[in-house]
Amino acid sequence: MTQGKDWPLWEVFVRSAHGLAHKHVGSVHATDAAMALENARDVYTRRNEGTSLWVVRSTDIVASDPAQKGPLFEPARNKIYRHPTFYELPDAVKHM
Amino acid sequence: MYAQMVDTGVARVRSADELEGEEAGFQRGIDALEKVEATDWMPEAYRKTMIRQISQHAHSEIVGMLPEGNWITRAPSLKRKVTLLAKVQDEAGHGLYLYCAAETLDVSRDTLLEALHSGAAKYSSIFNYPTLTWADIGVIGWLVDGAAIINQIPLCRCSYGPYARAMVRICKEESFHQRQGFDIMLTLCQGSPAQKAMAQDALNRWWWPTVMMFGPPDAESVHSAQSMAWRIKLQSNDALRQKFIDQTVPQAALLGLTIPDPALTLDPETGHYRIGPVDWAEFYRVIKGDGPCNRERLAARVAAWEDGAWVREAAAAHAEKQAARRKECAA
Amino acid sequence: MPSSTCEAGAPDGVVELALRLGDNALILGQRLGEWAGHGPVLEEDIALTNVALDLLGQARLWLALAGRREGQGRDEDDLAYFRDQAAFRNCLLVEQPNGDYADTTLRQFFFDTWHVALLNALARSRDAEVAAVADKARAEAAYHVRRSAGWVVRLGDGTAESRARMVAALARLWPFTGELFEEDEADRTLAAAGIAPLPGSLRAGWQAEVERVFAEATLEIPASCWMHSGGRRGVHTEHMGYLLAEMQSLARAHPGATW
Repeated sequence: MTQGKDWPLWEVFVRSAHGLAHKHVGSVHATDAAMALENARDVYTRRNEGTSLWVVRSTDIVASDPAQKGPLFEPARNKIYRHPTFYELPDAVKHM
Repeated sequence: MYAQMVDTGVARVRSADELEGEEAGFQRGIDALEKVEATDWMPEAYRKTMIRQISQHAHSEIVGMLPEGNWITRAPSLKRKVTLLAKVQDEAGHGLYLYCAAETLDVSRDTLLEALHSGAAKYSSIFNYPTLTWADIGVIGWLVDGAAIINQIPLCRCSYGPYARAMVRICKEESFHQRQGFDIMLTLCQGSPAQKAMAQDALNRWWWPTVMMFGPPDAESVHSAQSMAWRIKLQSNDALRQKFIDQTVPQAALLGLTIPDPALTLDPETGHYRIGPVDWAEFYRVIKGDGPCNRERLAARVAAWEDGAWVREAAAAHAEKQAARRKECAA
Repeated sequence: MPSSTCEAGAPDGVVELALRLGDNALILGQRLGEWAGHGPVLEEDIALTNVALDLLGQARLWLALAGRREGQGRDEDDLAYFRDQAAFRNCLLVEQPNGDYADTTLRQFFFDTWHVALLNALARSRDAEVAAVADKARAEAAYHVRRSAGWVVRLGDGTAESRARMVAALARLWPFTGELFEEDEADRTLAAAGIAPLPGSLRAGWQAEVERVFAEATLEIPASCWMHSGGRRGVHTEHMGYLLAEMQSLARAHPGATW
């Protein structure tokens, strides 16, 4: 039985009216998906924050390994040419 | 504060040179203002301290619902009723955000609540004082939330990522709490003589307990140094307390209320207000369980939890049945 | 109900209608407010408070409307805090004590199911002000019933204990559901004017919805029994006096004060 066991944890993602993508805002406990959505609505959109909600069981999230932080993210850090500030433009050039 | 006298389990803070290996790297990251995330390596003492601090903060939020909740059913106008209800609800929300932040450290909310219910975990001393009149609701918003904001704004920059993010959200929502408290006080002070007397009486009862919220003086604050090295405490108790006093004294004057401290003076050289002696014996007594409402507050939380057990079990059982039925259908 | 001592509020019955709707929302909101800080789980504490806040918001709109139409200068607070028990027009269901979570859940579900149907009809009212308030309220009520129906199912089809508690709550609360569909002279006047539906017209839909949810919850509607009546005439249950004494005590201790 489930006695004394925590309700499962769900991660909550909200898209605000002017937001481009769903953003992680926190978590809620709930026993089923319907309850998770309702709880997320009641907990995280009390101030009109959202127009769309996602909930996902925390245990279903696949995350990158923090021990692999170096190999995973260092290469991107070296590619500064991907950033616009890498390129110096003459002051005369506008709107770029 | 909401987390008072958090035990770090560390007797002496070691300097950066004394640390080795992973721990040295961990401290370097903190010194470089990098955030610690749940899955990062961290010293066991840091993890335990963080669980203690965040859960104490969370417990304070939900126990803090009780003194104010005491006046929801008696709020004197419908506008005040919905405002108070929304505020108490926010506190439940803040407790929830904080428990979730603590849960990232591999401890379940049920475990944390058990520690509260058994008396093993602490919550802020302030919520062990009674709300006797409607003016207490004003004073709690004005002083207690005012003190909380002073404490919490620096915590938005603390080293533990999930805690810092929860604090950002909480601070954003909290700003309305202090304002509505001050608004209640202002209305009472501009009201009838009976209302004004109610406001002064509430200030008299809540002033010193609020001053104590920031915790013991720096000289007696044994765990502060390690907490500051870990950047989970960013300013000292006395510094935060002084900020609160300097901010509040002029507000009381504006309301036409007298701070119940005959020794209160403005130091012309520093521009800071100096308060009279604080009865720290009272603070330690309340923390240890002998405040006016300690037993009632804890009993109310335990009763809510125990009375709700069958509800939580039923929802979980229903979800299991549903999952089994779905599996049957699919088979 | 064969006859009524209750007059349709002057001049058009809207005062009576707004008082009934406002008092329902106010008294149920007051009851739900008692739960704050005492709910079975933190998420539920927050959710239930949202329902309370919606209802109290609706109460303010209805009572303000009643005060305006009455034209005697009474505002929402005069009506909430300075009327005596006999002047309250809420149904008896909403004043029943919170009891355990089964009582609270079932009371909410019976009310929400009825409320949604009523508000949907009122949103088409010929009275523009009534229609406007109802239109705002019905979106909230639609969420409330989704929630309370979900909990009726979870508790009914949960554990043996939760089911037993729901059955006990059902025995206590069912006799308060008949009043929701009673009709008096005020209702007939309002219906004739196209301002509000006849309460009896909502019964079949309500019953069907309750049966649908009960089927999933493994609960059964009790055999027909004697039904309580009187709230809409100001004749309340014993619980109401205590509720009002608590709600009104501070405001009445300082008449004329601003808060």
